[in-house]
Amino acid sequence: MPYTEELKSLIKVVEKTRPQRLARKKRGEEFPKMPPDETEAILKKFHPDYKEEGRRELKVGPSKGYRIAQEFADLLEAWSRLEPDGIDLSRVDIEADVLIIGGGGAGTAAALLAEQSGARVVMATKLRHGDANTMMAEGGIQAATKIEKDSACVHYIDTLGGGHFKNEPELVRTLVTLAPEVVRWLEGLGVMFSKFPDGRLHTQHGGGISRKRMHSCGDITGAEIMRTIRDEARNRANITVLEFSPAVELILNEHGHCAGAILYNLETEEYLIIKAKATIMATGGCGRLHIQGFMTTNHYGATADGIVLGYRAGVKLKLLHTVQYHPTGVVFPEQIEGVLITEKFRGVGANLVNIDGEQFVFEREPRDVESSAIIRECLEMGKGVPTPAGKLGVWLDSPMIDVFMGEGTVEREFPGKFIVYRRFGIDIAKEPMLIYPTLHYQNGGLEYNARGETSIPGLFIAGEVSGGVHGENRLIGNSLLDVLVFGRIAGESAADYVRDKTREGRLSLQHVKDYHRELEASGIATDRVAPMLLPDYANPEVREKQLTAHHVNK
Amino acid sequence: MAVNKREATGGKKNAEAEKVKLIPVYVMGKKYMVPETLTIMKALEYAGYRFIRGCGCRGGICGACATVYRKPGDYHLRVGLACQTVVEPEMYLTQIPFYPANRASYDFAQLSASPEEIFKLYPEVFRCIACNACTKVCPMDVQVMDVISAVKQGNIERAATLSFNCIQCGLCVSRCMGELPQYHIMQLARRIYGSKIAPRAQHLNEAVEAAGSEKCQQTLEELMKSDIKKLREIYQSREIEPVLADEDWTPAKRDYL
Repeated sequence: MPYTEELKSLIKVVEKTRPQRLARKKRGEEFPKMPPDETEAILKKFHPDYKEEGRRELKVGPSKGYRIAQEFADLLEAWSRLEPDGIDLSRVDIEADVLIIGGGGAGTAAALLAEQSGARVVMATKLRHGDANTMMAEGGIQAATKIEKDSACVHYIDTLGGGHFKNEPELVRTLVTLAPEVVRWLEGLGVMFSKFPDGRLHTQHGGGISRKRMHSCGDITGAEIMRTIRDEARNRANITVLEFSPAVELILNEHGHCAGAILYNLETEEYLIIKAKATIMATGGCGRLHIQGFMTTNHYGATADGIVLGYRAGVKLKLLHTVQYHPTGVVFPEQIEGVLITEKFRGVGANLVNIDGEQFVFEREPRDVESSAIIRECLEMGKGVPTPAGKLGVWLDSPMIDVFMGEGTVEREFPGKFIVYRRFGIDIAKEPMLIYPTLHYQNGGLEYNARGETSIPGLFIAGEVSGGVHGENRLIGNSLLDVLVFGRIAGESAADYVRDKTREGRLSLQHVKDYHRELEASGIATDRVAPMLLPDYANPEVREKQLTAHHVNK
Repeated sequence: MAVNKREATGGKKNAEAEKVKLIPVYVMGKKYMVPETLTIMKALEYAGYRFIRGCGCRGGICGACATVYRKPGDYHLRVGLACQTVVEPEMYLTQIPFYPANRASYDFAQLSASPEEIFKLYPEVFRCIACNACTKVCPMDVQVMDVISAVKQGNIERAATLSFNCIQCGLCVSRCMGELPQYHIMQLARRIYGSKIAPRAQHLNEAVEAAGSEKCQQTLEELMKSDIKKLREIYQSREIEPVLADEDWTPAKRDYL
């Protein structure tokens, strides 16, 4: 719906202060960056990660004692969907060299590289191939491609600073070193990057980065990358894709090596046994857990399944105590609440302003700081803008962009968002957007190394399911980069492993039995079952009457 | 259940308590009463549907939730994405989460930039009778017929740029008299343009080399060994490129380049 009369009158306040804010920008004056001590204080007070009541200590598993979000703990302290003794593992349905769980950016990049290295690949994905957060990434992909002003080393420093210096150094080194190579690879596959007429790539700014290093394809960078690599995967005869078939349990063998997975066909409700010489998990993130009740930018299937599977099999957690709240999610119109507004709007200079039209934070702080500043403005300063649904937000002043970069820039540079808002009768080239932080990214995940290996031989991981490279807070443009760099590495590593390291043995779900035993011994009384697979948004009044629909065969 | 309610009804406790007006919609012909403020997707969930197909990003970019509908007394067939379209009274709707389309397989590296490549892989492109049904049905306002015309004229650049917003939902295929797989043809055109027609970014080669160079790797190793105090100092004193800087801006200090 278009802005209400109340909101329209509040927009007038923003319009009133806009000329002064623009004049400052033209003079090259920026709102002061937040000093380090204030940064620390604001994070502690306002960032949801720091809320003690939002977390609890895990009572079971390899990271027992670790305090993480209640919503994660609920999933990890839960039963398998399966009764392990009821599964006949000798009846293998499909055999593969490399099984890839997850059909997003990381899984697809892994599939391409594994296939190129000679492996027969089976990719199992919960929804359609490409239904993933990669598809939704808007801002772009970081890489130091302009050596006159930038380098992998500067990228390294930015990434560490954004992550509070908690990142795993070797993982970051790998990420920044292989970044330009990944962009070149994508260009070769036909990704239509935004460019100058001579082919030089456009690069934009972003929160927490010191050089314009963001490469984009309009404002649908992730979609353009995803559809291109998916198209390439469809050309490869040795990549078989199983859609609507999420994995519900990893299979190990008698040596403790990963030997495949059990898939669940969502449509026919069959469980299938996949035996593989190596397995790559690229299951993505967790937005649909709605941690602390936050709305989310994530796709429908982002339910942290891989964390559950890997943890049950014995892989430790790393930095999972932090998740990322993207500063700018839609809070009005409520029909699209939670939807991501790319950081690129701030990258090109749009201000964040409060109900009085005042700018209250530098628009390119790292995401955790930016989000905390917005929450403070709304909850403590009382300067949030109320929505008709009774929520609060602040303005992202997009019309500034057309004023200083020329009329038509917003429509040209942000075609995706321009259309979305136009459907609701809002012209974002003329009216600002009302935003609030939204659950966006799983900073941590399962532990792994720079070859994509986990502590379980034969099990590799890549992308958002992994933890370590982003420290406690991922920077803009480092997620698309992560899925492609480490997806490719996992594909190569798995194919290498298949060549001479796989050790065949009797298939086993003993780890699931052991996990169940540990749950029983811990005294946790619950009927929760995980992985979640799909969120449940049914009307509760209807749900109460769906007497048999929510029964799981545990 | 707080989470469920919030997603399904946009923050409202429940429709009755909040006195939200309920309106009738017909899902594949069957009537349900749903709050008038919801998108089609959230209205279906409100009614009790749990999606397996027909739901993806929920943000208007993945093409999973194409929906066709009619309104009473109107012959016109309307389309929208379920996650982006608000329900209307008496809407008569169905989702089309999948539509079969012929996709050619090719060795992309071996293709040339010639339009003949597309003609060979998709000869049906010439079955287009220019009826424009594809353009009319596109929920993303892509000028689909113009894209196909551009392909037929051998103008791959135009086909690529005009089709950039395609989300591959498949509705164009469902309406095509000539039985073309428009979205697959457009995908091929974009890839050929991006890789083989648009000028390549030459600076990528030197960047790849610089990142892998001994000098860069040595500096990285030093950084990896530095303690947090030192790293903080380096981080805080970074020179930040101004947002309005021109393309030829270079930093005053050449540290870490």
